[in-house]
Amino acid sequence: MDVPASLCKTISFMLSLSLTMLPAAIINGLMYGAIYALVALGLTLIYGVLHIINFAHGAMLMLSLYAAFFLFQLANIDPYLSIAIVTPAAFVFGYFIYRYGIGVLSKGKDQNILLITLGLSIIIENSALFFFSGDQQTVSLSYSFEAFDLGFMYLSYPKVISFCAALVMCALLWAVMSLTDMGRAIRAVAKERQGARLVGINVEHIFAVTFGIGIACLGAAGCMMLPIFYVDPYTGNIFVLVAFTIVVLGGMGSIIGALLGGFIIGITESVGGLLLGESLGQIGISLIFILILIFKPTGLFGSKV
Amino acid sequence: MTHNIIKKNTTRRKFLGGTAATVALTSGLSMPWIAQAAGNVKIGLIHPATGWAAYPAAQLRYGAQMAIADINAAGGIKSMGGAKLEALLGDSQTKPEIGAAEVEKMNEAGVHALQGCYQSAVGLAASAAAAKYNIPFSVDVGVSDKLVQRGLGNVFRMADGYGRIARDAATNLGEINNRAGNPAKSVVIVHEESEFGTGTAKLMTNALKEHNLEVIDTIKHANPTRNFDNIALRIKSAKPDIIMPINYPGEYVLLAKTLRQQRVDFMASYSVLGGGFNFKFVDDMPQIAENMIDVNHWYNPNSASGQAMRKRTEADGKYFTFEVYCAYMSILFLADGFERAGTTDKDAVNAALAASTLEVDFMPYDKTNMVNGQNMGSRAVAIQAQKGDVQIIAPSAYASANAVFPR
Repeated sequence: MDVPASLCKTISFMLSLSLTMLPAAIINGLMYGAIYALVALGLTLIYGVLHIINFAHGAMLMLSLYAAFFLFQLANIDPYLSIAIVTPAAFVFGYFIYRYGIGVLSKGKDQNILLITLGLSIIIENSALFFFSGDQQTVSLSYSFEAFDLGFMYLSYPKVISFCAALVMCALLWAVMSLTDMGRAIRAVAKERQGARLVGINVEHIFAVTFGIGIACLGAAGCMMLPIFYVDPYTGNIFVLVAFTIVVLGGMGSIIGALLGGFIIGITESVGGLLLGESLGQIGISLIFILILIFKPTGLFGSKV
Repeated sequence: MTHNIIKKNTTRRKFLGGTAATVALTSGLSMPWIAQAAGNVKIGLIHPATGWAAYPAAQLRYGAQMAIADINAAGGIKSMGGAKLEALLGDSQTKPEIGAAEVEKMNEAGVHALQGCYQSAVGLAASAAAAKYNIPFSVDVGVSDKLVQRGLGNVFRMADGYGRIARDAATNLGEINNRAGNPAKSVVIVHEESEFGTGTAKLMTNALKEHNLEVIDTIKHANPTRNFDNIALRIKSAKPDIIMPINYPGEYVLLAKTLRQQRVDFMASYSVLGGGFNFKFVDDMPQIAENMIDVNHWYNPNSASGQAMRKRTEADGKYFTFEVYCAYMSILFLADGFERAGTTDKDAVNAALAASTLEVDFMPYDKTNMVNGQNMGSRAVAIQAQKGDVQIIAPSAYASANAVFPR
């Protein structure tokens, strides 16, 4: 067989393979996209309200994963059940870190905040390396390999549970922001800090609460990711760049944008991997990032400022 | 309803500017830590102590420091009046340029020999930097054959490179398949994208042909890869008899889990230098690991010294991974060079290392025979997870159990 004929046969095979697997790739992308969205949610919330680019986001995600891991190892608590423990704990951690750390040390300057969160990430990662070692940890659950048979693929229980839980978390956050006094106060502070202060809102408290909610999102995300992924002191960094892309794509500060952005990035990564190969497939994420900056710099749901 | 809670004075430029500034800061701020002790013969250990490869790096350091402690306890370098070995610790942070910078720092600190670097790319950069000063450089783990093919007289490797490992892997698979009546005909290779994965995959593709095994698909993936579902489904549609992963620990384990989740059927998972295949994997995921095969650096379980080192390592609460004994062996090799040279003179030590005939009984190796810096007495073996332990299944001269194949 000559080379062109062989090449045509290979391309034809790859194309037919890709079309057969396309539905599976889209479903996979949706599953992972929901998790990505949850990681991005905390980032977009913190950035939208506090104007903080939280570079300790990945490190805090890693801490959440470790929290869920140790609850499983030491107390045999299922990672999904540990959401009820890790999420509020992460909120408290985030609240105090901001109220008595970032808020105090930054003295209101953005560049200070940048350096503080950067320093925080270095401290957290190296502390994790010291105390937990660099060893990758995974959990093996009784239902880890149970799956729904869709005919063209198997959808594992942990992925479905994580997907549903991520959607619930997004809906809860949306409800908090829309329907509660706290949500209104957060939005008020985000839109007009001085005005909010004038009507009696404790701005510093709201800042800390917002930071706490952002970290709580990571707490939930960590619990949902543990059955699917692994944890080591650098795991968070694997997800944080994706989260930044989602924030830019969805619009900085937008909850719905983060969710939709998560799905788009998840599907792009999965389908891109299918069509271009798993190594080149990641290029789709960068392409989206560039395109959104050129054609819709405010993101899908962002507003001009 | 969408809440746009962005602040009015926030702009995309500020966000991106801040991001860029912080990324730039991050890449430059993390300084490697070098621990120096006082002593006679300084050996620099350069490993990725921080970053995604921190665990294997810690294992390498552990093995190297164990060897140094043992040699010192036994009287040090006797031909140099009992000179003690000292470790200078360097962190490559998984980056070649940092690895090379560590060499410069250690040279300033008066290092007499270097050892590293786990990643081939870092080893290439660091050993080239060491060549400027003619510092003896022993590759403890690093499989690229380019490490010893550049004509550098200061670079040595006791363990195998991927050229010889690919040959051994294909031979061992051929032997195992032959013993089972040749049921396997096809292979899918899944490899990571760097020099290690790409180079090994290419060599394996050619080597397998000689054993009547056809590679029907080769799948490359990024580091890190978060999702292996597409790859698992692609493998499933190709219906290979053998799946051959060639990748680092995180991806190795994720792929193995995903293959199980997607109910991919195959005769054997036969990895080459499978980063995640070790005692920990077998302990953590016995149901997945059972009967998986890997071709790798491995200790000789039939030797008393190998068993003793394993017990000692496990007593320290560590897994006896290949990094531990490869690093230990590499230090023995360097110490033997200093012993025979009787000096720290670089030319003399390099000449002594090149003429090494060291025998390392805890490895399944022949007597050391350096040819252009590569030990031709080394060999990789095929190992298989069986009932919660790891057994050598090929070559038969070192086998501790029969292969379970097809699984």
